[in-house]
Amino acid sequence: MTHTETRRTITFDAATVRRQQRQQRTRKLALHGLLLVTGLPIMVGYVWLLVNSFSDVLVFGLIPERLTLQNWAFLWEPPSPWLPCVWRSFANSMYLALGMVAAVVVTSTPAAYVLSRMKFPGRSAILGGTLILHAFPGITLLIALFFVLRFLGLLDSVVGVFLIRAALMMPFAIWIMKGFFDNIPWDVERAALVDGATRIQTWYKVMLPQVKQGIGAISVFAFLAGWAEYIFVITFIHGTDNWTLTSYVNALIGDWRFLDYGLLAAASLFYLFPVLLFFLFAQKYLLHMSVGGMKGGG
Amino acid sequence: MTTKGMITQVRSFRLAQRKGYWTILLLLSPALIAVLVFYLAPVILTVIMAFTDLDWRFDWNFIGLGNVERMLGDWLMPGILQVTVLYVIGTLATFNVTFAFILAVVLTSVGHRTGTFFRSLWLLPRFSPPIVYGLIWMWILCPTRLGLLNSVGEALGFARVDWIFHHPLAVIIITNGFIGASLGMLIFTAAIRSIPRELHWAAQVDGAGWLQDIRYVIIPQLRWPLMFITAFQTLSLLTSFEYILIITGGGPFFATTVWAMYAYNLAFGGYFAPFQFGYGSAMSLVLVVIGAAASLFYWRVFRFRTMMTEPGIEVV
Repeated sequence: MTHTETRRTITFDAATVRRQQRQQRTRKLALHGLLLVTGLPIMVGYVWLLVNSFSDVLVFGLIPERLTLQNWAFLWEPPSPWLPCVWRSFANSMYLALGMVAAVVVTSTPAAYVLSRMKFPGRSAILGGTLILHAFPGITLLIALFFVLRFLGLLDSVVGVFLIRAALMMPFAIWIMKGFFDNIPWDVERAALVDGATRIQTWYKVMLPQVKQGIGAISVFAFLAGWAEYIFVITFIHGTDNWTLTSYVNALIGDWRFLDYGLLAAASLFYLFPVLLFFLFAQKYLLHMSVGGMKGGG
Repeated sequence: MTTKGMITQVRSFRLAQRKGYWTILLLLSPALIAVLVFYLAPVILTVIMAFTDLDWRFDWNFIGLGNVERMLGDWLMPGILQVTVLYVIGTLATFNVTFAFILAVVLTSVGHRTGTFFRSLWLLPRFSPPIVYGLIWMWILCPTRLGLLNSVGEALGFARVDWIFHHPLAVIIITNGFIGASLGMLIFTAAIRSIPRELHWAAQVDGAGWLQDIRYVIIPQLRWPLMFITAFQTLSLLTSFEYILIITGGGPFFATTVWAMYAYNLAFGGYFAPFQFGYGSAMSLVLVVIGAAASLFYWRVFRFRTMMTEPGIEVV
């Protein structure tokens, strides 16, 4: 960082400079050591997924003795007869994630525009209400949501889960999108209105193209949240036809833990793959915008 | 202008205004309906159900404060309360605030590429499916010789250990902490970057070393973010149990069953008399009240009000 370099300019004699350089080098080494040691469990864990999925026996828990593709056989042949085809679970996971993206984008973008730009009675009540709702994290509402889904006939369905998750994410998405709309200068919109466009035309043709980045951000978050969803899937989806990859891996762990870590690693890596893709290509969003994402584990 | 003309103008203005409201309603309704049905209705339902003894028979019998009485007499509650408090405070103090702060300081002091790499590394668990993250820890802690710790330990001559059985609390604090630390890391990093350079320069002119720079420049400048993360993560930790459910399942016995998980298990769990929707809702509701009380406490102690500024919202 800058302040460590600037310090050198205010010291004069050579001995001090050398001593300080040595100190800086030691500190740098110590800091890198600290980062490596603390990050080790994560690195080892994810490397293990990769290594173990392609090998049958591991020495010291991490070094493969022999490479094999056997662990990936679940892709064309269910490992036990009562498990569904993994591609069906994959399709359900996609359905959940994309359904959530659609639900979040379609509902929160127009709402955010209205809350950002229009004056109407109840506006501040709505904005305040979304904040108060945050006091009730989704996870404490599981029991009540069970009754809502039962009433709507949406128990044991992917649609039910993505509607719930989308609704829970909506206050966050609306606030993010509202921020993007707030940043567009008024004159742009006024110009369109003066030219005779209606509010809806203005929104569609002038405003939407300017908040593409915001839509991209909430889409990435909605997709990842839907793709990774655990507790609502496990609680509300039971039929193997409606299983997502979470249910699939969960069932595998119940069956094969202590026995076949190779299969578990391969299935988990398969499940993790889209997340890794996002990490490579959408890192910008993830590093800068994940602030405010409520997540289990704090 | 004639009176008649004025009246027609007012009328057309009202008409336009009414049409405007319809547009607003049209644009708002998808979000409003979704939030009403899947968020607000469950909140109200939870409050109502907390006063019933609703169970697998689906009878809505109102029993007043019966559930609170039951809670006070529940022989499991003292243990669960203790685990919850230790888990929340333990994770906050070690990972979510302290370690997150250390990470942010270190990652802003090393090179750009190293910083980005480790920031991504720490974020990876947060975005991984919980079941995958859980599996990794199950393997690391596995009591058989297949587990990482045990296989390395055996090679070094140590006896095998059933980590989850012997150190349940440490396991849930560490596994949750590895997720929790990344949020603080991001917020603190952003805050450290926005400290004006002149402050660091001034400290250096006064002869401050690196540690003194952290103590006398960075920490005072990060007062609000530190407090915000403490308050925010307290609430997150109080109500999160996904990773505990996956990794320890609340056991051994009830050694890692936190409050939120107990409420969940009362309704959906496999053990003893499930489907206790009424009692479970009451547990959830009390937990939310505790969370609100904690927020209020932080609000007072940290004097958050002085930090609040009016949001800049443009209005026509």
